Formats: sequence, structure tokens, C-alpha cells
Amino acid sequence: MENRGVVIQARNMVKKFGHFTANDNLNFDVYKGEIFGFLGANGAGKTTAIRILCGLSAPTSGKITVAGYDVHRQTESIKKNIGYMSQKFTLYDNLTVWENIRFYAGIYGMKLSAIKVKTDRLMKNLDLEHARDKRIASLPLGWKQKLAFSVAIFHDPKIVFLDEPTGGVDPITRRQFWDMIYETAHSGITVFVTTHYMDEAEYCDRVSIMVDGRIDALDTPAKLKKNYKAKTMNDVFLKLARGENVCPDSYRELNS
Amino acid sequence: MLILFGMPIAQILIFGYVVTNEIRDAKIAILDFSRDDITREITNKLTSSGYFQVYEVLKSNHDIEPALQRGIVKEVVVFEHDFADNIKRNGSAKVQLIADASDANHANLIVNYTRAIISDYAKDLAGIQNMPLQIVPKVRMLYNEELKGAFMFVPGTMALILMLVSAMMTSISIAREKELGTMEILLVSPLKPVQIILGKVTPYIGIAFINAVVIVLLGIFVFKMPIMGSNTLLMLECLLYITMALSLGILISTMSNSQQVAMFISMLALLLPTMLLSGFIFPIDNMPLVLQWLSYIIPPKYFIIILKNVMLKGTGIFFVWKETLILLSMTIFFIALSVRKFKTRLE
Amino acid sequence: MHESIQVKNITKTYDKVIALNSINFEVEKGELFGLIGPDGAGKTTLLRILTSLLVPDSGEAFMNGYHVVKDYKTIRNIAGYMPGRFSLYQDLTVEENLEFFATTFGTTISENYDLIKDIYIQIEPFKTRLAGRLSGGMKQKLALSCALIHKPEILVLDEPTTGVDAVSRKEFWEMLIRLKNQGITIIVSTPYMDEAGMCDRVALMQKGDILQIDTPEDIAGQFAKKVFAVKAENVYNLLRDIQAFEHTHSVYPFGEYLHYISKTTSNIKEELSNYLDSKNHKSVKIMTVKPDIEDCFMELMTKTVNNGE
Repeated sequence: MENRGVVIQARNMVKKFGHFTANDNLNFDVYKGEIFGFLGANGAGKTTAIRILCGLSAPTSGKITVAGYDVHRQTESIKKNIGYMSQKFTLYDNLTVWENIRFYAGIYGMKLSAIKVKTDRLMKNLDLEHARDKRIASLPLGWKQKLAFSVAIFHDPKIVFLDEPTGGVDPITRRQFWDMIYETAHSGITVFVTTHYMDEAEYCDRVSIMVDGRIDALDTPAKLKKNYKAKTMNDVFLKLARGENVCPDSYRELNS
Repeated sequence: MLILFGMPIAQILIFGYVVTNEIRDAKIAILDFSRDDITREITNKLTSSGYFQVYEVLKSNHDIEPALQRGIVKEVVVFEHDFADNIKRNGSAKVQLIADASDANHANLIVNYTRAIISDYAKDLAGIQNMPLQIVPKVRMLYNEELKGAFMFVPGTMALILMLVSAMMTSISIAREKELGTMEILLVSPLKPVQIILGKVTPYIGIAFINAVVIVLLGIFVFKMPIMGSNTLLMLECLLYITMALSLGILISTMSNSQQVAMFISMLALLLPTMLLSGFIFPIDNMPLVLQWLSYIIPPKYFIIILKNVMLKGTGIFFVWKETLILLSMTIFFIALSVRKFKTRLE
Repeated sequence: MHESIQVKNITKTYDKVIALNSINFEVEKGELFGLIGPDGAGKTTLLRILTSLLVPDSGEAFMNGYHVVKDYKTIRNIAGYMPGRFSLYQDLTVEENLEFFATTFGTTISENYDLIKDIYIQIEPFKTRLAGRLSGGMKQKLALSCALIHKPEILVLDEPTTGVDAVSRKEFWEMLIRLKNQGITIIVSTPYMDEAGMCDRVALMQKGDILQIDTPEDIAGQFAKKVFAVKAENVYNLLRDIQAFEHTHSVYPFGEYLHYISKTTSNIKEELSNYLDSKNHKSVKIMTVKPDIEDCFMELMTKTVNNGE
């Protein structure tokens, strides 16, 4: 896996807000075509890290490259080479499917003819040909999520960031969604994903677990389970995030 | 869409008609001690110009003050005794213009127009009679001798700020609870709607009242504005106006589910009309009839009239009872409507 | 036995969309009852009807014998409600929020401190902090304390664990079980299937319908088909190959395994393992597993979809 080339490289990544350290010296590599699970408790610093990697926020210090570009100076180039999707931000509710695609692809400078061809193929793959001119608001949540993901990777980014993409979705759609993630990774696009569903952590090639702004564990799910003598990723997560404290939540807050 | 495109059009039209420096049919009163041909002719000139309308004819000096206090007559033209004789004998006569300067700009305008008409007449007369003659106007700006702008904008600002603080803030704060979801919990609690509304409104009554007092104090000490009338009456009227604005705010909040919507409706329905149609900046008398009618449903209009009366003219409740009554009934109407519309359930 | 919550033929529609389609169920006193289903299943609508915030189009519901429409004033005294979003005053401190809700319900913190003590003690160190600056798990605990402050007979919780990390979720369920043991009836909704196991009984919901109501054990026990967990070196190809397999009824990823259900009833294991050998899969592992709630839910979902067409 290591020889596939590195698409995200973080060295000594630090982000401070005043006295509060949100990201405390993070070091990790993400490889091409990998599904990288980015886990952590609420407030552990995931969102901060993702913002930095997407070029939305500057780190306090550290050497970080995304798709080969430096997050300090080349944020514009980074933005061109990544896709982003979250549960909250999806598509414009009062535009149709086609208008949404045209809009987002247009932002990334794709030609209209190319957009059309690709949209036709996408609609066919998703079995959504009949819904092409329907407004997003009228679609079921599951379709919306799948579409939002397809739009996020429409311009063939090197990396796609998924921030809790499957929240509130029914179990079948959730699995269909992961099917799409697998395919995407297979086609060479790196998938960087956060989730609260611990079974989804198992689907990742490698998983990092953040606790209090630090990455406390980073490995394949199998190795993590072995190292922490746990049966499932859920147990690994509980062991790590809960630590030795009876009440980690309070502990976390006191330290912050 | 309608709002985005309709708004600017409506605004430009309203502004165009409202912002005008012409006067039309300004109501004046005549006190003619002389009653000769010349005074009658001058009076005719004034009315036939289209700018003035003689509202009443006064009999004595004692009538002047009450006529202006009622607020309809904006100017009293007083011709001295033996007006025509004086011109024939001395080549000069005196006319006194007493204007209601509680609206300084408007008063200035009216006086200038009157002067121009009278001096035109004097020139014509001089031409006919072939002798130099003079009609000397003596101007008195009642209620605001120095034509201080502050006297005019203090009442207006008060109406505007109290409206903003009370109506906008309440509507936004209630809408905010809906947005945050805390309203959901309040609704499932045993609290009655009236309790929820009172709880939201009480702090703003306090805040708005303090604002009112601060503005009045600033007017007195910084702009040397006298309070001619009763302080108690002034404060009571403020309280009434604040209550009216608050109930309006609650009404807006029952119609809006987000802070943005509340903000927008407040701006549209409160701020602009208060600025344009209340007589704060632009005299209502000069507007086209449609807008004059519209101004009758704008609550700040009445508040400004009350304020000017109490602060500048020193009149008591007997001169403003009508406006007070209108404000009171508006308040009751808004409260009744918003209590009815305030739902104890979600949509 | 005494029913704490009775729901009879409740139907609710929003502009032609059916949010609840003639729902029936009962919750016994002191029970921890779960409504489990994805977004759009109708969970929030149902809970809002129970807390008297919405009026159903038809049907009736009772909370401790009180009619949710007619006796809404009583309902508001006996129910504790925690809406989907943690509805707290962001610009008040932790303590002020709690005091505010206590006053709202005509009580004081000290009066019912025993009930919330276990939960509140965890956030007490931060009682002077603004609620808006708490982490997700802490907000959730504060919201629960606020919902409990007037000692409700029935606690209604709408997706209290959504968007909260696995640790806080686990702690939260432990708190609910402690509350249940104090005799409070609890009805709670969640999109997380794995939380079903914490409830006494659950209703599986999907698009306004209840698919099944039972204890989590019985739901799994009634599952007629055999479920096999399959694993191989390349999971991606394994999934693709099994999907193409002629005997496959369904196959879904479940953690590190795939859950496979066959159309046939005998020799399932041999057939599959022969098939996978023929596709050159290495270190194949096939074993029978007990179906969990998620297996059941997906099976029920496909059934209703098929029936509907």
C-alpha cells in the first residue's frame, strides 16, 4: 500500500485557538486510493483537522501537503483537487438534479458538453434517469445523499472528504452508500471519511482515532483490534476514548 | 421574487412622492384686523396659488395660539389695523406670519412661499399705483423660535428607536427561540402562552423605556429642547407607544419561523413606514392623497404628533386624546390578534 | 399491568405525504421503549403528537390515561421532553439553564435534585460555563437534566444520541437504564440500530409504518432465515462476487464480515464455499451468526418494498 503514493501528508500539524490546542502535533500519511477512516469523540478535533486539510483554515504550525500542495500557500490548488460532502451540506433543495450537477461541475470549470455526457452516465448508474429534472427537495434522503456524493466526486478530485455522510440513513441505503465509496476508492480517488457508526469503521482500509486533539491510534481495523485485544472497532473506540477515566467527558472538558 | 423586485419599485415611487419640497394646500388661518380690499386680495392670492387653503378665519389675538395648537393650521397670517390706509399713507404696511415650527422645515417652506406671494403682490400693486410701496412681513416661528432641527428630529428619532427596540427585538428574540428549538420545550411546559409572551416582552419594555428617557434627557441637555407639557403625560404616552410596538413585534414573530424572516418583516413593515410616512422627516400634508391615507394606519404618526404637542406646544391630554385613543385601540387590536395567532402547538 | 402510553390508529399527513400511517402500540409503565428507524420514518412526528405539540389527523393517544389533545395541559405537566436538537439557551450557563427550566415547570433544582443527581454531577464542574460552549455529549446530559427537572412520569426523548460519539452514547444509555429502574416510563427514538438492544421493547419504523414491535431478542429470534458471516482477503471482490451468486437472497457488509442470506434452505454453506473457491478467494471464512436487529430491519424493509410494488 505504501508505494501507492502519498496524497495527504501531515507533519507536526498543530492548531491552537488561544490557549486551547485543537490539533496537537498530528502526524499521518494518507495513500492514493485508500479509504481512510477519521474517528474521534465529539470535540476531539476532527472538524478542525478536516478544515485545515481542505484549505479552509490555516494551521498554527506544521508541514502539511494535500494532493501535493502546501496548505499554507496553495489553498486554491488544493480546493481544485478535493471534493467535500457532509450530512449538513448537500445540494440546493430548490434546484433540480441536473441544475445542481451543472452548477457544481461549472464551479470546477468543466465544459458543458463534458458535464452532459458524464451526467447521463451517472443518472444511468444511479438508476435516477427519471429524476433528472426533479427538484432535490422532492427526493428521499437516501437518494439525496448518494447524489451529493456523486456530485462531490464529479470533477474527479484526488481526494474526497466525507463528514458523517450516512447520518440518519436507513441501513440498506447506508450500505449502498458504502458500495459507492468502495467503487470510488477502487477508481483511485482517496476517500477521507468520518463517522459515528462503528461498523463503518471496519470498512475502512485504515482508521485513525483522535482523542483530545491527538491521534492515539492509526492502523488497519484488524491490527487495531488485535493490539487493543478487542472484538470490534466499537470496543477499540470505547477503550481509547474512554481511557482510564470513569467519566471521560468531564475529564476532557476539564482539560480544555 | 416579488419582494426582491417589488421592493425597489415601491420604494422609489414612495420616495419620489414623499421627498418633495413643494407644499400643497397647506392649511392657514387668517386674522384680518383691517378687512379692506387689499387684505382680501392678498388672501385671495394666497388661496388661488394652490399652495394654501384658508382653514379658518380668526377674530382676535387670543385665537392664534389655540388654532396652532390643534395642529391642523400651520400658519396664521395677521394683517394689521388699517392695512390699506397705511399703504396709501405711508407706502408700507405690516403683516405678521406666525408659523407652527414644531416641524421646522415645513414651517420654513410655508413662510417662504407666503412671503414670495405677498412680495409679488406688492410689486404688482406698486406698478399699478406707480409709487414705491412695501408690505413688511414679520415672521414668528412659534414653538421653535430658532428653527432648531433637533426639535423636529428628537420626537421622530424617539418614535423610530422605540419602534425598533421594541418591535424588532421582540420579534427576533421569539423567532430565535423557535430556531434554537427552545420554544418547543416552552410549549410542552405548563406555561400559558400569555406567560411566555409576557416573559419575552417585559425586559424590552424596560429597555425601551430607558431609551425613551435617555433621548428626552439628551434633547433637554444637549439640544436645549424645552419640555413644555407635563412630564408624566409624556412618559405615559411613551409607555403606551412601547406597548403598541411590542405587541406588533409579537404579531410579527407569530408569522415568522426564523430570525431572518422576522428581521425582514420588521424592516419592511416597520422601519421604512416609520421613516417615510410618519411625518418624521417628510411632512404628511405634502404627500399625495394615497400616501396620506396610508399614513393614517402608521402608528408612529400619532406618536410623533403627541410628542410634538406635549414637548413643544405644551398641550395637555385634551389636545392629544384622539391620537392617544387611536394608539390605545391599535395596541389592543395587535395584542388580541397576536394572542389569537400564538399557537400552543407546532405547525 | 398498567399502560403508560396508548397509541390507537394515529395518522398524520403533511401535504399529501403520509408521516404516520395508522400507528398502534402500547407502552407499559416503567418500560424503556425504543422507536427505531431512519430519518423520515415518522419518529419525531409521533413523539410530538405524544407531547401534545401536534394534533393527529385521526386516531387517539393517551399518556397515563390522559388524552393528548383534550388533556394537553395535564400532559405538559407529566411528560418530560427532549427535542431532537438539544434545545438549550446557548447564552445561559449550565446552571442557569437548569434553573430556568425548573422555574418554568414550577419547581426548584433542590426539590428534584435526587433524580438528576447522577447525571448532573458529571456536568456540575462546568455549571458556570455557557451551554453554547459545551461539547455534544455534555449538551446531551444537560438537556436530559432539564427534561427531568420536574420529575416527569413519562420521559420522551427524540433522537438524543444522534451525532454524539460512541462513548457518550453508551454512557447516555446507561443513564436511561438507571432512570427506568426508578420507575420512569421512557420512550426514545434513534436511527442507530445497535441501540435497540438497550431497550425493553422496540418498534421498527419505516416511512410512517411500524414494521414490527417486540423485544429485541424476540425480533431477532423470529427471524426465519439463516444468516452467515463471510470473510475473505479481498472484501470488495467478495461482495461483488456474492452479489452475482445465483443463490444469493441478500448480502450486506456488517463490520469486518459480510452477512449473507441464501434463497435456498439446505447446504448453504457448502454451496457458497464451493462458489467462492471457484472465484479464487483466499482464506475464506464462513460461519453461522445470530441475526441482529439490523439484519431484521433490512429484511423487513425489502419485504415491505416488495409488497408495495
